[in-house]
Amino acid sequence: MYKGGKIIASLIIFVAFLTFPFFYNMGKVNAGPENLDSNIKLTANTQCVEPASFMRANHMQLLNDWRQAYVRDGKTVYTNSQGKKFEINLDTCIKCHSTGAASNTAGVSNPALNTTGSSKTLASNSDQFCVSCHNYASVELTCWSCHSEPGGATK
Amino acid sequence: MSINRRQFLRRAGIVTALGLGGSFVINAAGSKLAEAAAESTYGTSTQGLAAKHWAMVVDMSKFKSKDDFKRVSQACDLIHNVPDIGNTKDEIKWIWEDDYEHTFSGGENEYLTESFKELPFVVMCNHCENPPCVKACPTGATFKRPDGIVDMDYHRCIGCRFCMGACPFSARSFNFRNPRPFIKENNPDYPTRTQGVVEKCIFCVERLAKGQKPACVEVSKGGLIFGDLDDPNSEVRKIISSKFTIRRKAELGTQPSVYYLVGGGEHA
Ligand code: SF4
Ligand code: SF4
Repeated sequence: MYKGGKIIASLIIFVAFLTFPFFYNMGKVNAGPENLDSNIKLTANTQCVEPASFMRANHMQLLNDWRQAYVRDGKTVYTNSQGKKFEINLDTCIKCHSTGAASNTAGVSNPALNTTGSSKTLASNSDQFCVSCHNYASVELTCWSCHSEPGGATK
Repeated sequence: MSINRRQFLRRAGIVTALGLGGSFVINAAGSKLAEAAAESTYGTSTQGLAAKHWAMVVDMSKFKSKDDFKRVSQACDLIHNVPDIGNTKDEIKWIWEDDYEHTFSGGENEYLTESFKELPFVVMCNHCENPPCVKACPTGATFKRPDGIVDMDYHRCIGCRFCMGACPFSARSFNFRNPRPFIKENNPDYPTRTQGVVEKCIFCVERLAKGQKPACVEVSKGGLIFGDLDDPNSEVRKIISSKFTIRRKAELGTQPSVYYLVGGGEHA
């Protein structure tokens, strides 16, 4: 292997460089997203659409399916795996998953975002349910650029 | 320290395979969760209004004053968060008022009385039976429902505006600007749109699903009649089969589902 030693050595340095963040953070405690529990409005009926473990892993898929069913297939009722019926609507989620805090601008922005129609939602320091987790995972949340804020749904 | 190329690739391959093995384990765990929702079903609400072919009749005799037009368009704007941007260039229109020339251009009837040609007409998306807008849309954002309503899935609209070029009735509007600051009274029960999305009248599909008639029909004092064209006993069908109605640009073959009852009441 021509110049084998140099190649292997550079590779080792390269790999060490790539994995540096992993080893650097190893063993440190990760606090996770904040305020998750305090942001659920406890009502008499706090059961989620599907079990929490399912929702945690698959809510994005479920929301996609809901959108397809409601907008394109005209289906407005969801019967979950336990036979319980839910209205297909983002409001169904928001009714529990929001503190119902008043919106912070002229009524149309979203307390879950703290921005007015801006795409820079990740800069938000809001503690609302969706945002606290999405910020943590660095996944942009675009629902509220069209749908109403939690304050509206819980009015 | 001397390994040959073949050995190196082999070892690299083994490492990669191990990495892949890791993700298989994750997938297996995920599919167990997915089973939890496998028994869920989607259905329609029992209170929703259903039809084979929704259609609208505009009774011209009921649209006399400015107020008659304003009432219907305001009801629609309010309920659907249609912004009032204040200039015609960026204007968003769902249901509006237009003159004879623009409404029926091409289908000129020279014997029509002058007074008829001066009438203002209330216009909206015609929910065509052969909608060119649906054909033109590359993403399927605009689609025709089995009940004849040409609906929009704003989530899928990429703002290419092919549909606007295809619609011969200018029934579609484009959000050149973020509409939210221009909505005077936000209705939290209906979403707004974003910049870069096309919108139009959707025959109030969200209200039909709840068992309500379209908002404009409700406030029109009988000027707008909405019903199932396929049902011989429906009011729209009775009017259309017994009285003189015209449709916009019929010569284009798009087959609009909005009919204009002209000449008024019993004398037609
Ligand atoms: S009026 Fe225009 S937008 Fe409406 S269905 Fe016909 S072609 Fe499409
Ligand atoms: S602008 Fe939107 S609705 Fe119109 S054709 Fe393009 S994607 Fe379809």
